[in-house]
Amino acid sequence: MIARNEIFEGPIRLRTTLLCTCTIILSACSNDDAANGDDVVGPSPKLAEQTQYLVPQMRIAPVVGWKDGETPTVATGLQIKALASGLNHPRSVYTLPNGDVLVVESVAPPQASVTRPKDLIMGLVQSFATGGGGSEASNRITLLRDADGDGIAEVHEVFLDHLNSPFGVALVGGDLYVANTDAIVRYPYKEGDTKITEPGTTLTDLPGGPIDHHWTKSLVASDDGALLYVGIGSNSNITENGIQAEKDRASIWEVDRATGRSRIFADGLRNPNGLSWEPMTKALWTVVNERDELGPNLVPDYMTSVKDGGFYGWPYSYYGQNIDPRVMPQRPDLVAKAISPDYTLGSHVAPLGMVFYTAGNLPASYHGGAFVGEHGSWNRKQFNGYKVAFIPFKDGHPDGMPQDVVTGFLDAKEQARGRPVGLAVDQKGGLLIADDVGNKVWRVSAKL
Amino acid sequence: MIHQTLRAGAYRKLPMHTAFWHFAMACFLGTFITDLTYWKTAEMTWANFSAWLLAAGLLLGVVAALVGLIDWLVGRLVGMHRPTLVFLLGNVIVLALSFLNSLVHSRDAWTSVVPIGIGLSAVVAVLILVTSLVARMSAHARIGGELA
Repeated sequence: MIARNEIFEGPIRLRTTLLCTCTIILSACSNDDAANGDDVVGPSPKLAEQTQYLVPQMRIAPVVGWKDGETPTVATGLQIKALASGLNHPRSVYTLPNGDVLVVESVAPPQASVTRPKDLIMGLVQSFATGGGGSEASNRITLLRDADGDGIAEVHEVFLDHLNSPFGVALVGGDLYVANTDAIVRYPYKEGDTKITEPGTTLTDLPGGPIDHHWTKSLVASDDGALLYVGIGSNSNITENGIQAEKDRASIWEVDRATGRSRIFADGLRNPNGLSWEPMTKALWTVVNERDELGPNLVPDYMTSVKDGGFYGWPYSYYGQNIDPRVMPQRPDLVAKAISPDYTLGSHVAPLGMVFYTAGNLPASYHGGAFVGEHGSWNRKQFNGYKVAFIPFKDGHPDGMPQDVVTGFLDAKEQARGRPVGLAVDQKGGLLIADDVGNKVWRVSAKL
Repeated sequence: MIHQTLRAGAYRKLPMHTAFWHFAMACFLGTFITDLTYWKTAEMTWANFSAWLLAAGLLLGVVAALVGLIDWLVGRLVGMHRPTLVFLLGNVIVLALSFLNSLVHSRDAWTSVVPIGIGLSAVVAVLILVTSLVARMSAHARIGGELA
């Protein structure tokens, strides 16, 4: 964003100095790094003890991108190809009924004004870590079409342009809904369209700026199409922007498609993304980015089924009744009813995409389970995530440990060639992965 | 009046670093007050004030330390007897604790202040009061010396 560059051009030297200072201190007090390896995953984790740092662990992977011919590594029995390259910060993918694929390319909204000295430092770290989008304008949706079925899209069309940090997309009949960071907007869509020129109609506003900390709004429609569910991330790590800034956030909203009326479906979910329907139980599932700066192995990010009216802890507690001492005033009444999530994905792996697999292309072992796009850690000495994991399901519940399906987003020098974000399954049953710093959409299919 | 009877050249021998250090101390004392307010209100604005006051105090404190070094090199730290040494040592501790405190204050929300942050702010405030009294004693001694 132009605004951000203007704001940060001046103090960049200062920030670099501060960052270097932090790194030095960091390496000076790194005796707890050995513990990075003992991360917790799976159904009933034994959580680590809380640590409160003088300087939190920070480690970011510099982005190098993919060289010609490089691809991520896939599990046995699978192959991977770039469906499209040269995109601009693709964050999510969505398959249309005719097989066309929509790629949402977005730039993070402008940062809120600096309120603490720490914001100067963290702004810099975050811009490295999340790859907040280049200076090039995107905020658009690109349509990809692979008519000849070779796994490489020949058609790249700008489908919708001038959006506001979009993320989620959902099609119901002829209505295409785009979840911008500040509103759900409806557009008319006809099968085969490669471009939408009509102006959109706002269905409902969503919590956006001026502070817009977790800005990605994940979107999914109910089976009958009457309701939309949208993930609204928190406006801070742990209420440091004031509890007022968290109004209606850290929740999943249920929006009535006919009227735009909304209610909070579930609450206490710090940054819910990848909203999907579990195929067996038809329950709503989400992946959630949990809080930072309590330790390299705390608090683990998770996936969970979402109960109507459920409260999942944020900000007051995590994994049930584990109280976060950083929140004041506390709310014992809410903590008492906090639900512990179903399944731990790992600490700071940053899950941002999820899809349940019910198609026929991939090996049968993947049937019914969930793929999760793990964008990767930044506040942990040892990198975690930076991969697409598979979580097997049985009778509608996770069954067994996560498996690495797509890896190699970090190279041998631990530099980021890419980072996976949103996932989708295409019409032929291939798994699509939006790679936001690699600027590609990958397609995983069964090895022939 | 004492200052009217000082010889003209005497002011040039007074250390320069105190000019910066006074403002640094004001920032650190302010931190204790805004910490107290945050402790009582849990309004993040007050914790943010504290973080900025600490940052400003550290910046001014480092400038004061550098100027103090120059003072020492050019011989402006006259009459370096015991109270002045205590004053200098006290200031170094104030700076070190405030740096630690700024790291604590970089945490998020409540524990950026309570209990360690506000505790450090209180210790620093007491140290500032003590060293200021010592400095006053030392100034008396020095001015007395000039008059002799």
